[in-house]
Amino acid sequence: MQLARVTGTVVATVKYPGLEGIKLLIVQPLDRHGEPKGRQVVAADGVAMAGPGELVYIVGAREAAQALPETFVPVDHAIVGIVDAVEPVAGT
Amino acid sequence: MKLARVTATVVSTICAPVFDGRRLLLCDIVDPSGEPTGDYVIAVDVVDAGAGETVLILDEGTGARQIVEMSPAPIRAVVVGIVDQVEEPAGT
Repeated sequence: MQLARVTGTVVATVKYPGLEGIKLLIVQPLDRHGEPKGRQVVAADGVAMAGPGELVYIVGAREAAQALPETFVPVDHAIVGIVDAVEPVAGT
Repeated sequence: MKLARVTATVVSTICAPVFDGRRLLLCDIVDPSGEPTGDYVIAVDVVDAGAGETVLILDEGTGARQIVEMSPAPIRAVVVGIVDQVEEPAGT
């Protein structure tokens, strides 16, 4: 899983069956210091509570669809949690 | 599996059910000599890894879901071992 910042929303009326009601968000993947890394991608919102500006963590590949109610759907990135804090471990 | 070093914990209240009550570690991927490669991964900790420890990361979904005994679940990376030592004999 990687850190990402939600930067926008995507509205798509016509979608593959199973994706109805799934919120699609644009996310910018981040490096471990919180700086943008790579291109923005569209991710399904697996927690149904994420919104623009929030720091989240995303999962890619086949695992992404398993964040959704219907798990056999064409999704390759999903938000699986909202980050409250990234706390450095003492001693590092 | 990958070698990595534990650098931070990720605190997340709103998350996919598979992460409830589990510890998420932000780990820098390292090469066998311990140098950071620049990549990182957020992984679920099942071995009580601590500050600055070098760990083994499983980054594969099916194995990860077996470990957490939940399927389907949007999980891929798990900290599955704490590395004591890496030996690279000269000439290999």
